[in-house]
Amino acid sequence: MPMDNLTFGISIIIMGMGGTLLTLWILSLLMILLKKIFPYKEENEENKEAK
Amino acid sequence: MLEALAGGFNGLIAGFVNLHWSNPVMIIVGLLLLYLGIKKGFEPLLLVPIGFGAVLVNIPMAGLMDEGGFLRIIYDAGVMTELFPLLIFVGIGAMTDFGPLLENPKIFLLGAAGQFGIFLTLALALALGFTKLESLSIGIIGACDGPTAIYVTSQYAPHLLGAVSVAAYSYMSLVPVFQPPIMKLLTTKEERMINMGTVKKSVSKTTKIMFPLVVTVIAGMIAPRGLPLLGTIMLGNLMKECGVVSRLTKASENEIANVVTLLLGISIGATIDGRVFLKYQTLIILALGLLAICLDTVCGVLFGKLMKVVTHGKINPLIGAAGISAYPMAARVVQREGQKYNRRNYLLMHAMGANTGGQVGSVLAAAVMLSVVNGMGII
Repeated sequence: MPMDNLTFGISIIIMGMGGTLLTLWILSLLMILLKKIFPYKEENEENKEAK
Repeated sequence: MLEALAGGFNGLIAGFVNLHWSNPVMIIVGLLLLYLGIKKGFEPLLLVPIGFGAVLVNIPMAGLMDEGGFLRIIYDAGVMTELFPLLIFVGIGAMTDFGPLLENPKIFLLGAAGQFGIFLTLALALALGFTKLESLSIGIIGACDGPTAIYVTSQYAPHLLGAVSVAAYSYMSLVPVFQPPIMKLLTTKEERMINMGTVKKSVSKTTKIMFPLVVTVIAGMIAPRGLPLLGTIMLGNLMKECGVVSRLTKASENEIANVVTLLLGISIGATIDGRVFLKYQTLIILALGLLAICLDTVCGVLFGKLMKVVTHGKINPLIGAAGISAYPMAARVVQREGQKYNRRNYLLMHAMGANTGGQVGSVLAAAVMLSVVNGMGII
C-alpha cells in the first residue's frame, strides 16, 4: 500500500534529521578516538612536513 | 526564383517567427545571471556558463537541446549519468582541509544541524502538493551544495533540474546577504561576543589520512545510497592528505574541476528553456529553496546555542551558521559578524571547522535521505 504524504513527511523529518545527526555524532566520536590512537607529535609532524 | 528567395528569407526569419514569449524573458534571466557573475562576482565560475547556456537554449530553431544537439550530448553524458557532480566532488575533496574540523570534532554536529532545512522544506513541499520525488529534489536545495542538488534532482526529478540548480547556486552566493540578519535575530550581544580562543594544531598526519577512509566506510555502511557522493569527496581528500599523488590532486582541483564546471554549468543553463521553466511551479521552488537555506541557518544557530549551554559558554552560537555547505563563504560571514561585536574575536578557524562539517553534513544528509527513502520503497 503506498504511503500517504503526511506519514512520509513526518517519517522523513524524523529519520532524516535523526539519521544525519546520529551519523555525524558517531563520526565525531571516531575522530576523537583516532586523535587518541594517533596523537599529534610536534617533532614528528615537522619532520614529515620537512621531508 | 521568387519561391527560392522567399524560402531563403523564411529560413532567415525562422528564429523570430518561432520565438515564444517566454524565450526573451529567459534570455533576460540568462543575462541577469551573467551580470551577477561578471559584475557582482557571485559564483562566477558557475553563473557565467549557466547564464550563457540559458541564453543559448532560448534562441529558437537552433536545436541545441534536441536529439544530437551539442548541449544535449553534454547533458546526457554528464548530468543524466551523474558523472559531472561526482567529478566535481573529487575536486572539492582535494581542495578541502578538514584540519579545523578534526581539531574539534564536536563541532561536526553543527554540520548536521545546518542540514535540517532540507527535511523541513521537503515536508513543506509535500504539503504544497509536490510529489514525493519532486519534494526530495526541492528539499535538497537546502544542502546549499550545487553538485549534491544536481545529483539528487537528475535522478529523481530531472524536469526540475533547471529550477533546483539555479536556486542552489544563486542562493549559495547570497549567503553573505541573508545570514547576518538571522544570526543577529537569534543571538544576544553577549553570545556574539564569546571568544573561543585560538585553534591549536593537534591533528597528526595519520589522523588526516584516516579521516576520509573512516568516513567512507562508516557513513557508506549507514547510508549506502549516497556512497557515490561521499566516496568521491573522500577520495579527493585522501589524495590531498596522503601527499603521494600530487599530480592527481592538482589535476582534480584544477583541470578536471575546471573542465567539468564549464560543461556542468552550460548544460544546466541549457535546461532553462522558457517554455518549460516559466511556470508558477518554478516560483514556488525558488521560494522553497530560499526558505530551506534560511531554515538551515536558523537550525544551525539554535544548535550552536544548545552547544553553548552544554559546554558552559565555550561555544559561540554564531559558528552554527557556518554548519552549511557554502564553503568558505559561511565561515567568513561568521568571522565578520563576530568581529563586529568583539574586535579580538577570531572565529574564522572554528567556523571553518563547522563549515567543513557542513560540507560532509550536506552530502551525508543527502545520503541518509536517499537511503531512508529507498528503505521505504519509494525509489
